[in-house]
Amino acid sequence: MSDITRDDVAHLARLARLAVTDDELDTFSRQIDAIVDTVSAVGDIPDDVPPTAQVVPQTNVLRPDATEPSLPREAALAGAPAAEEGRFRVPRILGEEL
Amino acid sequence: MNELLTLDAAELARRLHAREVSSVEVTRAHLERIEAVDGNGDGDGGPDGVHAFLHVDAEGALAAAEAADRAIADGGPASALAGVPIALKDNLTTIDMPTTCASRILEGWRPPYDATVVARLRAAGLVPLGKTNLDEFAMGSSTENSAFGPSRNPWDLSRIPGGSGGGSSAAVAAGEAPLALGSDTGGSIRQPGAVTGTVGVKPTYGTVSRFGLVAFSSSLDQIGPCARSVLDAALLHEVIGGHDPRDQTSVDAPLPPVVEAALAGARGDLAGVRVGVVSQFAGEGYQPGVSAAFTDAVRVLGELGADVVEVSCPSFSYALPAYYLIAPSEASSNLARFDAMRYGLRVGDDGTRSTDDVMSLTREVGFGAEVKRRIMIGTYALSAGSYDALYGKAQRARTLIVRDFTAAFETCDVLVSPTTPTTAFPIGERADDPLAIYLADLCTIPSNLAGNAALSVPCGTSADDGLPVGLQVMAPALADDRAYRVAAAYETARGESTGPRIPELRALEGSR
Repeated sequence: MSDITRDDVAHLARLARLAVTDDELDTFSRQIDAIVDTVSAVGDIPDDVPPTAQVVPQTNVLRPDATEPSLPREAALAGAPAAEEGRFRVPRILGEEL
Repeated sequence: MNELLTLDAAELARRLHAREVSSVEVTRAHLERIEAVDGNGDGDGGPDGVHAFLHVDAEGALAAAEAADRAIADGGPASALAGVPIALKDNLTTIDMPTTCASRILEGWRPPYDATVVARLRAAGLVPLGKTNLDEFAMGSSTENSAFGPSRNPWDLSRIPGGSGGGSSAAVAAGEAPLALGSDTGGSIRQPGAVTGTVGVKPTYGTVSRFGLVAFSSSLDQIGPCARSVLDAALLHEVIGGHDPRDQTSVDAPLPPVVEAALAGARGDLAGVRVGVVSQFAGEGYQPGVSAAFTDAVRVLGELGADVVEVSCPSFSYALPAYYLIAPSEASSNLARFDAMRYGLRVGDDGTRSTDDVMSLTREVGFGAEVKRRIMIGTYALSAGSYDALYGKAQRARTLIVRDFTAAFETCDVLVSPTTPTTAFPIGERADDPLAIYLADLCTIPSNLAGNAALSVPCGTSADDGLPVGLQVMAPALADDRAYRVAAAYETARGESTGPRIPELRALEGSR
């Protein structure tokens, strides 16, 4: 058994920025435990097998160092939940108390 | 049913070029079909329709159709598929239609640019009808994970149409569109194709641009065609394929001659083609009717002259576990972009909450259960304590699977298997058991991990339940043409003997 606990899931949810509910912690810990159990089958592969990250036989693809038109500011901001003065408006990012 | 809805794209294109019919007529016929059978999917207990579409753009489609008609009338070099309607999976960005990935977090979002494949379709004069339903962010095998309700299988509306691209395949099966685009990360084009009795192709990784495909698992995702014939899929493949400098994983190599191969295959001769039956894809878990249909398909390939041999790919047993580590790991990283700052939903921004809290609340509300599960599994697999034992091992499994394919392709030109172990299951049957749903992709996943080409072509129906079965044909990377040739030969030999390509929606139409 992989023994994924409720606390483990709460920790994962914090790392992944998911404000999961108490009910979800119960369901997800049960399900994720079962899934991790299944996928752990890869554990018996010997470490002398090299890893494969991707299958395209190319690395460091570069483009010519030339300027091209970029997305107009209005288009970039059009889908934003909030914009102000031509910028994305975001909640406060520093941890100070209000 | 209007005859125009039953025609293959190739025949539609011929009539359009001969000006026997206009694109406006063809487009209007499909829009009317959508209106008649797609329903609202509102789950009100009434006879809900196929619910293949999340968005239909009738006005835009008719304008594109008029433009295609003008181009054909001008006698210029109109492309092969000019004027033919097409449906687009809703994880492909479209500048004139919303792109939601069937997620609340992107509900109503309008992208500022077209995906490369969409731009290529438009340039070739195809007519986008709308955006099709999928499992949220393409994570699933049934469309039950769509935030906007499941699509339904045109063969039996109480059953799943496969997934994640169930909307695209259902639209094609139901005669709502002659062609569609899907994306295949673990089988999301081929498995819906199999269970809806349509053709679905996952091209070689890197040969169709992913620019503008909302990323799920970047080393596995591949856009490809959905169609009702192998030739139609090849014609569409040629429109969308080829190098794109805007996708760094795009392979700068000539596209395999897929149309030529489909035409050659349709002449029916497979003399000297070495076909390998993968011995691991049989036995326990395979529905008897699926195995019987597959065995019969292999017999037909033999009759066409192919040399059929059995091949063993022992490491394929690692494919499912490796996939459900690699895909969630990449997804956990890719979906970090949904941070409630630059696009999509934002929840809880009341002036008192921090960015972190707003992000967490938004992602909690905006993502469905399967997406959250996969993000957390990926986060776990990549975390310091588990990386070597899980993600690292999954990458080693990937190497073994690539090696099995390499060895098999030394003795075989193509490999075959059932596309999926069972026919379409009833909606809701596996809802509480994510692992049971994962099994639907058992046979399709290896080709995503190895990056080679694979397609599904209808191979009749299962004697158990009368539902469609798919034959999967796998070919080496950059040899997609081999899969097209074998599939086209098989399709021609099978002919029309196993039933209608466009199932009538009796229950639905009878109730209107």
